[in-house]
Amino acid sequence: MHELSLIQNLLNIVMQSASDNGIKKVSSVALVVGENYGVLPDALDFAFHVLTQDTMCAGAALVVQKKPLVLRCKECLAEFSPQGATCRCTYCQAFRTEVVSGRELYIDYYEGE
Amino acid sequence: MKVVLGKDLLAANENKAAKNRELFDQAGVLVVNLISSPGSGKTTLLEKTAQFLGGDLKMGAIVGDLYTDRDARRLSEAGMLTVQINTEGVCHLDAKMVARALQEMPLTSMDLLFIENVGNLVCPAAFDLGEHVKVAVLSVAEGTDKPAKYPGVFRESGAVVINKSDLLAYTDFNVKNCLADLREIKENMAIFLTSAKTGEGIDQWYKWLRELKET
Ligand SMILES: [Zn+2]
Repeated sequence: MHELSLIQNLLNIVMQSASDNGIKKVSSVALVVGENYGVLPDALDFAFHVLTQDTMCAGAALVVQKKPLVLRCKECLAEFSPQGATCRCTYCQAFRTEVVSGRELYIDYYEGE
Repeated sequence: MKVVLGKDLLAANENKAAKNRELFDQAGVLVVNLISSPGSGKTTLLEKTAQFLGGDLKMGAIVGDLYTDRDARRLSEAGMLTVQINTEGVCHLDAKMVARALQEMPLTSMDLLFIENVGNLVCPAAFDLGEHVKVAVLSVAEGTDKPAKYPGVFRESGAVVINKSDLLAYTDFNVKNCLADLREIKENMAIFLTSAKTGEGIDQWYKWLRELKET
């Protein structure tokens, strides 16, 4: 359940920023999560609900935007999302790839008054 | 009011990990982060590594466990300098916990430091601890399809140890298929088939560690 510690980090960052901006009540938080991290949306929601109780984020919506894993083939330079466990290039079957996206894990924005 | 942040959730961990790595490099110690599910035999693997080969390289271990210190005790008996971290229910180690443990670790007097992560194949892969290489450990008792089910951790790892080879005759584990799956996930990955119980394959694993230490 690393979702709990991720959400704890998220709340620390959001609440610090909210108090810097004179915001008293947060209504939504948008989080971008790469597929590479294997986090479960339900577990994020659960952690968010539990950890925001009695804070300025209580009752806020957690908006999760998932980013699929995209690899770039170092042989033919094609970009593709791996199917299943294999990371072999869909186009030329080569193995040498680099991660283009799917490793994001950041707070995009939050809203509040 | 909408406030755009674009702030990385793991930034604090990454900074701490970079500091750990700096300490490791200054001390000239190679650091290996071992990741596996519970019961794969990580501790026994380290015990054997220390018992058989500890005269050659000085080894230490930071042992992450949910609650107990049993593993750490076994490793100190095998001759490793050990520090125990209890995560009290948290499913992975983070760079801050490792940094705290390092305060108790005489880094300059060792060549090789293992970080035995909490038994779990998902969460530990997401947290950089400052290590030089991650190694995934799985056992033949867990089934051939472990890599196909959890490709993330194998993609992040520099080597895989397939342990408990002494149990091969009693399981339906298919070494050939497992190797093929691992090659699909990452080419050129070092793979070792070991039995930490009998010592089979430990020399190959150790040879790899030694070469890594020298480069
Ligand atoms: Zn290609």
